[in-house]
Parts: sequence; C-alpha cells; structure tokens
Amino acid sequence: MEYFDAIANMSALSFAQHMVNGISLGSLYALIAIGYTMVYGILLMINFAHGDIVMMACYFAFFGITAFHIPWYFTFIITIILTAILGVLIERSAYRPLREAPKNSILISAIGASFLLENLANYLFSGRPMRFPDVPLLSQNISIGGIEIQAICLVIPVVTILSLVVLLHIVNHTKTGMAMRAVSKDYEIARVMGINIDNIISITFIIGSALAAIGAIMYGIRYPGITPMMGVMPGLKCFIAAVIGGIGNIKGAVLGGFILGLGEILIVAFFPDLSGYRDAFAFIVLIVILFYKPTGLLGEKTTEKV
Amino acid sequence: MKKRDMILTIIGIIALFGLAFFVQEEMDSYIRRIVNLCLVYAIIGLSMNLTNGFVGQFSLGQAGFMAIGAYTVGIFTVPVEYRENIFYAMPMNPAIADIELPLWAALILGGALAALFAFAIGTPVLRLRGDYLAVTTLGFSEIIRIWITNAQSITNGALGIKDIPPLNDVRYIFLVTVICFVFITLLVNSSYGRAFKAIREDEIAAEAMGINLFWHKNLAFMVSAFFAGIGGGLYGALLGTVDPKNFLFTLTYNFLLIIVLGGMGSITGSMLGAVIVTAGLEYLRFFDEPLMLFGMDIPLFRPGFRMVIFSVLLMVCVLFWRHGIMGTREFTWQKAIDFVKNPLGFIKRKGAAQ
Amino acid sequence: MKFKKLLSLLAVSALATGLLAGCGGEEKAADSNVIKVGVFLPLTGDNAAGGELELRGIKLANQLHPEVLGKKVELVVADNKSDKAEAASVAARLIEKDKVSAIVGSYGSSLSMAAGNIVKENKVPAVGTSCTNPQVTANNDYYFRACFIDPFQGKVMAEYAHQNGFKKVAIVQEVSNDYSVGLAKFFREEFVKLTGDENSIVDIANYQTGDKDFTAILTNIKAQDPDAVFAPGNFTESALLVKQARQLGIDAQFMGGDTWETQEFIDVGGKDVEGVALSTAFDREKASTEEAKKFLDAYTKEYNGEPSALTAMAYDAYLIAVNGIEKAGTATDTVKIRDAIAATKDLECVTGMTTLDENGDPIKDVVIKTVKDGKFTFKDYVKAQAK
Repeated sequence: MEYFDAIANMSALSFAQHMVNGISLGSLYALIAIGYTMVYGILLMINFAHGDIVMMACYFAFFGITAFHIPWYFTFIITIILTAILGVLIERSAYRPLREAPKNSILISAIGASFLLENLANYLFSGRPMRFPDVPLLSQNISIGGIEIQAICLVIPVVTILSLVVLLHIVNHTKTGMAMRAVSKDYEIARVMGINIDNIISITFIIGSALAAIGAIMYGIRYPGITPMMGVMPGLKCFIAAVIGGIGNIKGAVLGGFILGLGEILIVAFFPDLSGYRDAFAFIVLIVILFYKPTGLLGEKTTEKV
Repeated sequence: MKKRDMILTIIGIIALFGLAFFVQEEMDSYIRRIVNLCLVYAIIGLSMNLTNGFVGQFSLGQAGFMAIGAYTVGIFTVPVEYRENIFYAMPMNPAIADIELPLWAALILGGALAALFAFAIGTPVLRLRGDYLAVTTLGFSEIIRIWITNAQSITNGALGIKDIPPLNDVRYIFLVTVICFVFITLLVNSSYGRAFKAIREDEIAAEAMGINLFWHKNLAFMVSAFFAGIGGGLYGALLGTVDPKNFLFTLTYNFLLIIVLGGMGSITGSMLGAVIVTAGLEYLRFFDEPLMLFGMDIPLFRPGFRMVIFSVLLMVCVLFWRHGIMGTREFTWQKAIDFVKNPLGFIKRKGAAQ
Repeated sequence: MKFKKLLSLLAVSALATGLLAGCGGEEKAADSNVIKVGVFLPLTGDNAAGGELELRGIKLANQLHPEVLGKKVELVVADNKSDKAEAASVAARLIEKDKVSAIVGSYGSSLSMAAGNIVKENKVPAVGTSCTNPQVTANNDYYFRACFIDPFQGKVMAEYAHQNGFKKVAIVQEVSNDYSVGLAKFFREEFVKLTGDENSIVDIANYQTGDKDFTAILTNIKAQDPDAVFAPGNFTESALLVKQARQLGIDAQFMGGDTWETQEFIDVGGKDVEGVALSTAFDREKASTEEAKKFLDAYTKEYNGEPSALTAMAYDAYLIAVNGIEKAGTATDTVKIRDAIAATKDLECVTGMTTLDENGDPIKDVVIKTVKDGKFTFKDYVKAQAK
C-alpha cells in the first residue's frame, strides 16, 4: 500500500523532474553503449575495457585543462584523438594476437586489459578523486518551469541522437560501413572478398573509443569526481544496455541505454525503499531479457548488424 | 591408476600432512597465514576450474558463492553472547539469533546453500554461452552482494560480522583441501568427467552423443558453487570478519588469474596457480616499497606498482602462454620419475612435443 | 621465439631486482638499536586518500618524537590495500616478520577489524587512527583508537540539528559503508528523542559506494521539503550528492561527519558545498595544547595548507602508542605496552587531552565545521560528555 501512496502523492512536478533526470542519465548510458555494440558486432566479444577507456578519457581531459591549460574545446578534440589511439592500442596488443584463439581467451584478455588500465590509473594518478573542470555554459544550472537541470543534461541527449544518426549513416551508406557489415557477417568471406580486416577492426575501435571519449567528457561535466575505478559500473551497465537492445545493433544500444537510465531513476522514484537495490536493477533486467528474449529487444536477424 | 602411483599418491598426501603439522607447530603466524590463504585459494580456484576449465562454461560468479559460504559461517558460528554487540544497529532476526553451529556444520551448510542457489539460477543461466554467461554470473554475484548489504537484520549489512571464531589451523584447512581435491579428481575421472570434457570440446557433438547438456552443466555448476561456498566459509573464518565489500566481483579476478596461470582444465594446475599467485603477490610486495638501488631512489616503486605488475602478468599469461603451466595436463608420477631419472632428456622430449 | 626470449629476459631482471631489494631489507632488520612501530594504512585502493593523509600525521609525529627509551623509533609502513585479506596478512607480517612493538592504524574500520584477531592472538597492541566502528575495540583488549566512535558522532550531529531548530530532517546513507550506516542510525534515534516527534525524520534514502547519480533520491527528498539533510559518507560521493542537490534547487542545510573534511570534498563540490556542517575532531582555532602548536608549525613547514583532522588523529595515535611504550619501559614486552596504553590518562595530544575509556575509546570534544570561501572553518564546539 505504501508504494501506491508514494505514486499517488507524487506531484506532477516531481514526476517531470524524475523523467528529466532519467532521460539525461539514459542518454549518457546510450552514448557509451554504442561503443560496446560496435565492437561486439565486429569481434563478437565484450570489450571489458570499454568502461576503463571512458575513465582514461576523463583523465586526459582533466590533465589537458588543469595541467596544460589548453582551452577546453581544444582539449576535448585532443582527448577524443588520444582516446581513439588508446582504443586501437588495446586492440592491437590485447585482442589482435588472440583472434584465432578460443573465445574464452579473448574474454580473459579483455578482463586483463580492463584490470591493467584500472591499476595503471591508480598507480599513475593515485586513488584520490580529481575534479573534472567546469566548462562555461555547460556546467550552468537552469530552471525551466520549476524543473531544475544542468545545461549539460540538455546537451547529452542531443549529442547521443546526433551520434546515432552519424553512425547509422556511416554503417549503411559508406564503403567502410559496408565493409564493417561484411566483416560482422562473415570474417573469412570478407577477407576473401578483399576487405582488409585489420583496418576495418581498427576503424571500429577508433569510432567506439571516440564515442567513449565524448561520453567521458559528458560524464565528467555531469559527475565531476573522477577516480580510477569510475569506469567499472558505467562500463557494466552500458554493456547491459547494449544487450537489452540487442547487441550489435546501434539503435538497440540507444534504446537499451534509455530503458536502463529511466528504469533506474523511476524505480527509486516509485519505490523509495528499494533505493539500496538500485545497482542490482541493471543485472535483474539483463537476466530477465536474456531469459525471455536472448537476442535483445531489437536484435532480430532482419536488422542490420555492425 | 597403477598400484605404484596409488601408493606414491598416498605417501605424498601423508608427507604433505606432515608438512602441515610442521607449519602449524614450527612456523610463525605470518607463514601460517600465507599457507592457509594458498590452500583456501586453491579450493576456490579448483571450484572455478571445474566449470571454466573442465566444462568450458565461462562463469564469473565465484565471489557471490564465496559470499554465501562466508556469511553462513559468519552468521552461525559467532557466539550468541556477542551477537547483540555486533548487531548494534539493527537486532538480528529472532529466527536465527539463537542458532549457533560448529564450524564444520556451518561450512557444509554454506556450501549447500551456495549449491542450492547455483541450482536455482543454473536453469536459466546455463542456457547462455560465452560472454553472456560471464556477464550474467557476474551479475548474480553482484546481486548477492547488494542483497547482503541491504538485508541488515540477517547479515548486519555494511557493518559486517566480527568475532567469527578464528581459524588458523593449517591442518584443518589442509584436510578440507584434500577432501575437495580428491572429490573433484574422482568426479573428473568418472564418466561425468568425460562428459564434461566432451561438452567443453564441442557442445553439439556431445549432445549428439547422448550427453544431457543441461544436467551435466548444472551438476558441474552446483559442485563448483558448493566448493566455492566452502572455500568462502574458510576464507571468512580465516579473516575472522566478513563484510559485503570483500565480495566485490573483482575478487573473482584473483581466481581467474589462478586458473589461467595454472592451466584451465588441470587439477594440479589449480593448486600450483594458487600457490604461485598467493605467495607471488606476497613476494612482489617489495614493488610497493621505495627501492634504493646503488644509493639511488628509484621513483618507479611506490604503492600501486605491485598491482600493475599483477595485471601485466595476467595479460602476458593470456597473450603468450595461453595454456598456463599445466594446460589441460596433470602431474603424474610417471612424468616425475622420468624427470628425476633424466632431467635433460625429459625437457628435450617435452620441447620436441610442443 | 622472440617473445619467449624477451619474456625470459624480463623474468630474470625482475628476479634480480627482487633479490637486490630483498638484500636491502635484510640489512635493515639486523639493526637492533631501533624500536619498530608498524604503520598499518590503506595506501592504495578505495581508501588510499584517507590513508595518505594519515601517513602524513604519523610521519610528522615520528619527526617530532623520534626517540623513546633512548632508542630511535623506526616506522615500518605497510599498505593494506583497502582490502581485508591483505589487511590480515599485512598485520601478521608486521608482527611476525618486522617484530614491531605496536601498530598504528588503520583508516577504515573493516580493515582494523580484519587485523583485530591477529593483534589479539599475538598480544601486540594496536592504536586505530580513524576506525570509528564500535566493533573495532569491543571485545578486543589489544585494539585502541584515537578517534571517536560512530554512535557518538551521530548523536552529536543530532544535537546540533536540534539546537539549530531543524524540525524535519532527511537522512541519506551510503548503505554499503559501515561508517555511514552507524552514524545515520544513531542520528535518527537521538533526533527523534530530542524532538519527541516520530515523524521528524521525513525520509531515509540509500545509495551504494561508487554511485554517481543521486538525482532520483534527491528529487524524492525535495518533495518532502526538509530543513536539513544528514548525509554521512565517503567524500567523493557526498560532494557529488550535495552538488546535485543544489542543482535540483534543494536549499536545506547539509550535515555530515568527519570523512568530509578533506580537500577533495571541496575540490569536487566547489561552490556547492559552501555552508555544509560537519563534525570533526580538530581545528586550529580550538587547538589548546602545546602539542597542537608544534604539530601545526611542523605541518605548515612540510606540506602547506591546513591539516585535516585525519592527519591530527593519526598523529595522536602515534603519540598514544609511543607513550605506551615509554610508560611500559620496554619495547619487547608487548603485554606491558598494552597495559600502559590502556591506562592512558590526560595525555597531551593534538586534539586535546586524551583519556581512554574501558573499551579503549577516547573521550574527547567535537568540533563542528563548515565550508566557507573554499576552506573548512570553525563553526561550533561540543564538549565531551559521558556516553
């Protein structure tokens, strides 16, 4: 009964605020989930290190602005480039040598890469949290009809949708995209057809990591405490988001991200007593989805796969 | 097994028992602690190896099963008179507040609960493969931890449980380890074990041969959870205190390294891996201390460096040495005798075989 | 083949450095003219930030009080990695391998509890720096501490909230953190008692360590419109929590515990944490003892800026331990040292005159601080009282 009271007592304003919170969180998840889905689509492996790539990108941006005093817009471009390089480096050193190996080995290697990045960051930057610098305009608070939000919350969904459109265009309407789809469908045939598989995989990692960097910058502005372990939970949740939507499917990843973000917020909104279980929510959704629809919501065979 | 090997094995175990007595009586508590930790990690490593190495199902839920075992031991072995003090924030649930069990009973109960939980989740989860299975089992282990954090009247939540009667007896832990290893060795060498390996090599072929995939996977999963629960219980008793943060999913990575290093699908490999990882991490501790070499301070060595080395080792192991020390092979007396008789020839032959 | 060669080369060089490092260590151990005190702190992992601050305090104390019983005090610094299994073996190592006379540390109650059985079994006394869970010293004769305990701090903040006329308070607890759960629980009980109103706590919300987004619980709290929010917890999460609360337009008074008193809290929280209230053990303004003046001088010389209460408490923990060794008149008979520490009475420390009660917990005054212009500043003072 208590729960129904909570729902009944919630004012329209509170509900609207919850929705805004949820959409802003969801679009952030979506942005990072796209990176997972891209890599999975091609290599059929979870890039466990993706969350840690996000973490590293945060540190790149942090040092760019605070230590080297590079203007923020310029720093962001450098961050994206550096992160893309990092992604390719990880692929070359940790995944490429194992391409012919059993899948479990690649999975272990991915876990190892993630663990290495975390420990490296802990060693280099220490475990103390650092403050992601404020960015003019984006860090501001604004109030729209009683709903209070940070300006960045309006920007994130726009960036996510833009990324989605651009990616869909690349995948569906360019030569590289066609090659990606071919590699994803069948490795060997793609090679026989003269596609340079190594290049295509590198490009996938560049795109995925660049998106991780964009996500990291948004994440940093929104939640400015950065630590070496900050990538772990978002990493897991965004992977789950990608699975919910149907892994390998870009639109699915975005959908999954929104479901997860909104779900996490609304479960606390409607069932305040369950706020301690919030982190379990993502895993429970994952298990339910895998049980009833193992291919995810949009993961039908007819939709395009990257 | 040949008669000679049988005798040698029994002699070996007795000799190791003697060693355990020696460590217990003669060594200081630091060494005892390391030895105990090695043994407990070997149990959990082996339990993980059963699903991951022998059946080829990549599960990352060991931390959760350990948590079940450790908390069972924690809840039921703490003397009743201390409980009010420990559960100071929220009184213990009256249904369990007065139940006190001896350690062995709590261990078995913990293992059984873990196995029961594995059975419950095994049905849906084991249909999944590869990455999905890994993430789902990891998810369950996190759910267990989050539940423990929130169920304050049973587990004392974040406050943890203290004053678990300390267990620092090498002989006791060694005995449990031997039982666990003997059981899993017998299992792996039985017809079940052959079915496990068949599933690992090719699921479809195994099914076509009439092996019941679902039943065999579930059985391995349950046995694995059972021993992980026992290992977790020993771990809790060894520390004397448990709290939910112990059982973060990153704990599972320790055991992953153990079985990767020791060899996925090797029983003796798990033991070797556990010893190398546990004792090795202890040995590597100097990496965290400032190092003076020839009067110069090497800035590389400061807290955190050891874990970097640890993760690099894991990577190197997977990349260049995928089969670990033992691969899927086992230690046999025949090989040992060959080695003792003609060490150089043995290595040459082995090299040629590779 | 190339890789294998490279690998074996790497392995050999790693071994060689290991051997060299090992030799270095043994030479040190041969020196018997020193008294060894173990420093048991998390220098890596989740609690590294707190551990580093406390290490500063212990090092300063060692600089200012380098000798006891005519011998040099040598610190043996051991990192417990914020991990309990590690903590247990590190404590055993300090006792068995380094043969320390006493142990100082740790930050983080669970780490101290993991070492609890070991110090008890081996009869080596330990003085906790900021392990505030009552269970650390309860039922353990060999564990003491220099900080106050969670129930006490929770009650003090409830009193403070009551004195300031707050009627409706919401509680946000970090459900996976023993410290936060303990404070929240005793705050709730005391506040309900003081106000006599069962409904004076309008909401209790939970979050997990490591969470970054608190908008959902905060929107719920905003709907209740409380006068104040009590949110003890880790400084990173708490700073983000306060920040997001301000963004959502919650202008209630935020209150917390001593974990907030770190530079990172202000760094991450920025303008938004101005005006929060927190309880702590030490402040320059109330530094009454000679020891405190020495400590402040030394700290400014070494590190610049204001020392945190963690640093002060770690300093005190060292003093309590070394004073125990001195009073016992021996560095080898650890049982005697324990008895001497247990008898600590009116010892001049940085955070005031310290007396340990029968549990081994100090009785001391509480300082309430706030954040003003990006600095922690003194706000109020609560006298020590019998618990």
